[in-house]
This record gives sequence, structure tokens and C-alpha cells, in this order.
Amino acid sequence: MGAWEQAFVLVFQPYNIMVMVAASLYGLFVGAIPGLTATMATALLVPVTFFMPPIPAIAAIVTATAMAIFSGDIPGCLMRMPGTPASAAYTDEAYAMTRKGQAELALGAGLVFSAIGGLFGTLVLVVAAPSLAEFALKFSSFEYFWLVLLGLTCAVFMTSDRPLKGFVSLLIGLLIACVGLSNPAAFPRFTFGNTEMMGGLGMIPLMIGMFAVSEIIRYAVDTNPPLRITDKPLGNVFAGMWGLATKYPKQILRGSVLGTLVGALPGAGADIASWMSYAVSKKFSKEPEKFGTGHVEGIVESGAANNSALAGAWIPALVFGIPGDSITAIVIGVLYMKNMNPGPSLFTNNPENIYAVYLLFIIANLIMIPLGWWCIKVSKQILKVPRNVLMPVIMLFCVVGSFAINNTAFDVTVMLIAGVAAYVLEENGFPVAPAILGVVLGGMLEENFVSSVIKADGGFLAFFTRPVAGTLAALTLAVWFLPLFLRRLRALAGA
Amino acid sequence: MKLNDAVWGALLLLLGAVVLVHVQSFPKIPGQQVGPALFPGIVAAGLAVCGGLLVLKGLAARRAVGNADAGWVVFAPWVRERHYVLAFLLTIGVNVFYILAVNRLGFILVGTIYLAVLFWIFGVARKWIVPAAIVVTLGIHYAFYKLLKVPLPWGVLQGVAW
Repeated sequence: MGAWEQAFVLVFQPYNIMVMVAASLYGLFVGAIPGLTATMATALLVPVTFFMPPIPAIAAIVTATAMAIFSGDIPGCLMRMPGTPASAAYTDEAYAMTRKGQAELALGAGLVFSAIGGLFGTLVLVVAAPSLAEFALKFSSFEYFWLVLLGLTCAVFMTSDRPLKGFVSLLIGLLIACVGLSNPAAFPRFTFGNTEMMGGLGMIPLMIGMFAVSEIIRYAVDTNPPLRITDKPLGNVFAGMWGLATKYPKQILRGSVLGTLVGALPGAGADIASWMSYAVSKKFSKEPEKFGTGHVEGIVESGAANNSALAGAWIPALVFGIPGDSITAIVIGVLYMKNMNPGPSLFTNNPENIYAVYLLFIIANLIMIPLGWWCIKVSKQILKVPRNVLMPVIMLFCVVGSFAINNTAFDVTVMLIAGVAAYVLEENGFPVAPAILGVVLGGMLEENFVSSVIKADGGFLAFFTRPVAGTLAALTLAVWFLPLFLRRLRALAGA
Repeated sequence: MKLNDAVWGALLLLLGAVVLVHVQSFPKIPGQQVGPALFPGIVAAGLAVCGGLLVLKGLAARRAVGNADAGWVVFAPWVRERHYVLAFLLTIGVNVFYILAVNRLGFILVGTIYLAVLFWIFGVARKWIVPAAIVVTLGIHYAFYKLLKVPLPWGVLQGVAW
């Protein structure tokens, strides 16, 4: 049996299909509830996927996130409150359309072009990942060192308008990654004599804390009055979609390309892709004056962008083990738990698993259309679910989920501290995404750094002499110093 | 609660310094120039440098007249309302209670109290608080203990474990 046939068998097992349908409903629900994000959906899924075979585990995450990024549009449109940060860019626009009586057009555009963007991102994943993997087979520790450093650098500069605070966040993440025995000398670092810390701080409790518990704390102190749902009836969401597709083909393509690229850059995910796409759409539009007044063009473009970013983020995650966004940061942890360690050898040793991932993405984006249509139908009921009941239940779920990974109460403590820390840091303008990347990539960065230093034997030129390593080094340094250099240049030109 | 950047900077400077001193005690690997201290040492130095820069930025922000970030500490609006302070403390407190009590009292009791406290502070209708807390706790217990085989502790209910 060929690898593709095996992949089909893996994906179309009844159990796997059942998991995908359940994960879809879960993703649609979580995305539609303001305050629950797609990353949180992923973090909460991990304790459950822990008990599944690899392909259904990945299937659950792929489908749930795709659905959540789409359904985040629904409360944006009906309540002027984005369901996930990835919909925030065009929430005002969608709400303005609702007030003009065009809610079904805004929701339909969100649904249909989300699916198209998602399929485009998948296409790029299918084409780009294997060739990148073949290229990456020749990488040594020098290339990996620069690649990780470049990834972390991008994460700092992409996720924050204040790179200094992003950098602090990254360093804290790297420091957390140092905890435990996994270092060149297997010396227990920063364990304070605690045997539970020998193995390092658990990635999953950290993530659940940072992405779920912090949101619940934010809910607990939210002084805003509850939002009202628009009471206008919704018509057929698919009416006029063909018209939009033929009117804005360039916008759909541009949004999908930009989204995939931003997704593939480490650290930046669907939310940043969506903001950037909306801005690009406005800049190049023939009627920019209509933006903000309930104009569908920006929704078409950034709706495609945020879903294509999801697939784009998997490219570096699968090929190099470098997450493209915070969702894939969690996915990498799951891949390791399932013995599907990311890296180029994943493509040569177990191609059927990779093909299965491609199929999962295609199916998820296709079933999004009927399930999303149904979700829009029942959205007013979903939005009426009382959040004061939901939030405590989610937090108890977080506690049990953190406990379930290693069956130790210590992990619950890690979760709680991570949650409070993430809340405090975000309140003070420190972005959290770089910290997560630091935790995920710290071990890899140190390992490749140390083996490179040993290989180089004191000669630091060795870090730059291999052609690919040199190019990556130049790119990294350019991202670091170009902004400073340009500012200097501008100051000189001004003076 | 928002602290001025200078306060954050000072804290990070301190953290960096403590880590730098601490890693000096890590063993060296004979015959190699890199040991377990090198990488955390670099990270700590980075934190200290960033801390220093934040101190400068924070002080500059304080000197700027009419800057909203000028105070050493700026409190969010919820800090002035007792209800929200209590909600904040209880949200964290129930987790501390869970960590300390779950092995002795068992998951079902602790989970029920955990949910009931949060339902109460988030304003769930009074008659629903206890029934909802019990039903949800039993549901989560069933899903994780029975279906996923997670050994949630029974505590004082050990005698009637099902």
C-alpha cells in the first residue's frame, strides 16, 4: 500500500471522522464565544488528545482551530465583539454591515472566504513543506541555530509594536526553558531541589495557564456591561457570494498569500495576518473611503487571510519544529508526545502521516461550509449561553487537564502561576507569544548553539562560513539592525 | 495594575543579576569551554540589559509632562470596586484551595466547592449554584476518571468510590 492510500485509510476511519465532527462543533462554539480564543481551544484540547492515536489528535486540533477562526466572525458581526482576536481587525466593519441590514452578507463572506483562504494555505503547505524538508535534510547545527534565532527574532518584531518588551518576554521564556536536567551536562538547573522540576516545567500546563486561565482572570475583572445581540433576522448567507468572488478575485488571492506568509513567519499568526490584510486591502482598494462604513471588501480579504495563516503556520512547525504561531507551538508539544517529532525526517520516514495532515486540512476547510452555515443559524442561541456558568467550568477543566498530563498537582501549580503571570504581563504591555516561543524553542536553541560552539572550537567564524548558515545569519542580523539603521539614516537625512 | 516601565526594568535587572550570580555555581565540563552555565548566563545578561533600557524608558516617560504612563503605579478601574477585587482574589484563591485540598478532600468535594464559589461571585442565580456545581463536577469526573482513566483523587470519599 502506498503512502497516500495509507493516509486515506488513517483519515477516513469512522473514529477519526467522529473526532473531526466533534472537534468542529467544539471549535465553532469556542470561537463564537467572546473571550475564548482559538489558541485556548487548542490548549484545552490537549489533555483530551493525549488519550488519542496521533492522527485523530492532530485532526481534532486542525478542525477545531479552523472552525474557531471562522466562527470568531459571528459575534463580531452580531454584537460588535470579536469571538477571537483574529476577527478583531474587521469587527467594526462587519457590525456596520449588520446595521445596514447586511449581516448575512458579512457572515457569508466570512464563511466562504475563510474556507477558500484555508484551502489556499493548505495548497502552499502541500507544495512547500516537502521541498523545504528535502533542503533541510542537509542542515547542521549551525543552520538550525540561526534558523531558530531568526524565528525568535521575527516573533519579537512581529508580535509587538514595542520590541523591547517583546524581547523581555522572549528572554523570560528562554529562562523557563532552562529549568531542569535537559542541558549539555544534565545538571539540574533552577530546580531548587524540587524533584518535580527535574524534567523541566510542563509545556501543556504552561500553555493552559497562559492562554486559558489568563483569559478567565480577565473575564473576572471585566467591568464592561454585557453586550446586546442584534435582533434582526438573518437571511441566506450564501446569496451573493459568487458575485463577491468574481468581483474581488485579486483581494482573495492577495489575502490568502499574505496570510500564508505571515502564518509561516514564527510568532505571528491569524490575528496579525488579519490586521495586515485589512490594512493592505484598504490601501489598494479602489474605494478606500467606503472602509469602516460597512463595506465587504476588507472582510473578504482578511477573512481569507486569517484562515490561510493557520495552514501557513504548520509549514515551519512540521519541517523545522519551529512554530509559526501560538497554536502550532502547542501542536509541536503534541507531536512530540505522539512520537511524531517534527523535522525533515518526518517527511522521509513516515510520509503517510504528513499526507494525512494535508487531507485533514482539506477536509476541515470543506466541512466548514455546511457546519459553519448551521452554526450561523443557531448563533443567537450560542451567544445566549451564560458566560458566568461557562467560565468557571472551563477553569475547572483547565485544572483537571493540567493534572491529567502527568497526574501531579504540581502541574496545576505551574498552570496557575503561568496564568497569573501572563495576565500581569499582558496588562503591562508585554506580549505573551514570544515567551511561548522561547519556552518551546529554548532547548533547541541551546542544543544547537552548544554543539556549534564545540564544533567551531573557539573560532566563531564557523557560524558564518557555511553558505546557508551565512545567509540565515545575515537575515537575522538584518532584522535586528535594519530598523535602527533606517532610523539613523532618516535622522541624518532630516538634519 | 500597571507598573511604570522603570519598576519593571529594576525588577528585571535584579532577576538578571541573581541568575548571573547563581549560574557561577554550575559545574564546568572538563576540557570544554561550554557548560550548563553558558546559555542561561547569556539569557540573564540579556534580561539585565533590557531591564536597564526599560529603566531609562520609564524614567523618560515620567519626565514627559502630561503623560498618562507617568505614575509609578496605575490601577485599572476594577481595583476600586470591591466586587471585582473579590472576583479576582477568588478566581486565584479557588485554584490555591484546589492544589492544597484535593488530595485530602478528594476531587468531587473540592470541585463542587470550587465551582460553587465561582458561580456565586460571577452572579449565577442562587438556586442554581449548588445543583449546577454538583452536576458539572460529576460530569467532569465521569469524563476524566471513567473515560480517560485519569486517577483523580477520592480523598474522604474513598470508602464510597465508584
